[in-house]
Amino acid sequence: MIEPALRVEGVRKSYGHVEVLKGIDMQVKPGEVACLVGPSGSGKSTFLRCINHLEKINSGRLYVHGELVGYQEKKGRLYELTDREVCQKRAEIGMVFQSFNLFQHMSVLENIIEAPTRVLKISKEEAIIHARELLELVGLSGREDSLPKQLSGGQQQRVAITRALAMRPKLMLFDEPTSALDPELVGEVLAAMQDLANSGMTMIVVTHEMGFARKVADTVAFMDAGLIVESGPPDEVLDNPQQERTKSFFSKVL
Amino acid sequence: MDFKNEQGPISPTPVNSKATILNAVPIRHYGRWIATVFLLLVAMVMVKSLLTNPRFRWGIVGEYIISDPILDGLRLTLILTVVAQFLGILIGIILAIMRLSSNRVLARAAWIYIWFFRGTPLLVQLIFWYNISALYPEIAIGIPFGPTFWQGNANELITPFAVAILGLALNEGAYMAEIVRGGIAGIDKGQSESAKALGMTHMQTLRRVILPQAVKVIIPPTGNQTILMLKTTSLVSVLALADLLYTAQTIYARTFETMPLLLVASLWYLGITSVLTFGQFFLERHFTEGNQQRISFTQRIAGRVSTRKSSSQQGEAGKVNNDD
Repeated sequence: MIEPALRVEGVRKSYGHVEVLKGIDMQVKPGEVACLVGPSGSGKSTFLRCINHLEKINSGRLYVHGELVGYQEKKGRLYELTDREVCQKRAEIGMVFQSFNLFQHMSVLENIIEAPTRVLKISKEEAIIHARELLELVGLSGREDSLPKQLSGGQQQRVAITRALAMRPKLMLFDEPTSALDPELVGEVLAAMQDLANSGMTMIVVTHEMGFARKVADTVAFMDAGLIVESGPPDEVLDNPQQERTKSFFSKVL
Repeated sequence: MDFKNEQGPISPTPVNSKATILNAVPIRHYGRWIATVFLLLVAMVMVKSLLTNPRFRWGIVGEYIISDPILDGLRLTLILTVVAQFLGILIGIILAIMRLSSNRVLARAAWIYIWFFRGTPLLVQLIFWYNISALYPEIAIGIPFGPTFWQGNANELITPFAVAILGLALNEGAYMAEIVRGGIAGIDKGQSESAKALGMTHMQTLRRVILPQAVKVIIPPTGNQTILMLKTTSLVSVLALADLLYTAQTIYARTFETMPLLLVASLWYLGITSVLTFGQFFLERHFTEGNQQRISFTQRIAGRVSTRKSSSQQGEAGKVNNDD
């Protein structure tokens, strides 16, 4: 049996007394695209941030490519990984944020080669060659020396995707990548993501773009109030939901 | 085309082009005029006094202003300013990082430091350090509650110069800490999050992403602090340390030429402050441009042109819509 790219078992997460994740179970196979949909405040983004350990989980187990995230298990006890070890794991997981979060003081090229040269210790020349290749794929050749604020939101987000891809990740996380964009710029980012999905990248996407979910996702998981209410292939979940909560949500957004 | 039709025989009187020029009477600011006249008068009185009052004794000012003792004092003042400010910035950065640490003990320790050094007068601190041997006659290096490796007499170890540097730098560190913390706190949290998500360590994130962006916010107040430091060094005259002010004081104590020598000192302070202000201006400009980063002037112009182009394109798009 192939080890799933992501295996989640009974993950719970609380902020103080408020439980945001109430026992999440999920599996994503390598090469699959999973879309997390649902109302805001349902815990989608928090769950995504748990996957690369930006948030610590309170209970359950979370494995990326068979390896526990953020911890090491020895003789039935969990040991927290050091900052350096967590960073090594994170380097294998790319993440794209709603607000792009490009480094404002660096040019496009510098943004992209920063982590490969500092974290993976790749030579600068090699990193630049790779960065240029990736920029060409997302249609941003020639913008290497631009600063983030000189770019449109859509261009910034495509640079952010490129920056994540420059680390050659095994898994890509997208946290509402088009929510901060002007409507006419959403398409270019979704197109870049679709190309990426077609190239066989494993992706977990928190999104409100149901059209994208229908077209690209292998699995759609509907989350509400800290739980995955329903999940399955897009045509089943989106067009023929079984749960009441799912039905009422999609009747409003579709 | 439509225009021509309108301009035809329908309008009987030709448009008077003169009528379109505004010939309004501007508001008279009588208050400002009176204030201006008053200030001019004050300035004239002051200049006349400076030039004609013989008690200023400009000859003596000229005699001393580039004399050896004064220049030695000036050199010490500058050394104190540079060294104390530099150490203050280092202490400030460390304290700021401690205050933002998730470790409560580190954060609280930094808070207590800042609380103490901002809460007591610098003059008191300087005198305190000067007399530290009254509290600790012996200073030793070793492991607490363990063996001692080295031991020395506090009075020999802590010279007035060391006291001055210690006092000024420790005090400055408290103020710089708040400035640096403000700069770091002002950086969007998304910046450090995306750095973390890329696998950068805490230190890498701080050094490569946060601090370079915070510098821009930190520079202007640091310039002010440096100017302040230059003048604050005059407090070390209580330690009988021969800085600019103390040198002037020792000379006039002997010759009773108090005013001319205070003028000598003031002129030097003013001169150096002016140079620092000038430097601060360029540093600020450099770092605000550092924001548009390493972009030449021509590229910036190009940037403006491109925005203008896009807005005109929008305008054209609007026109097209209207035609529809």
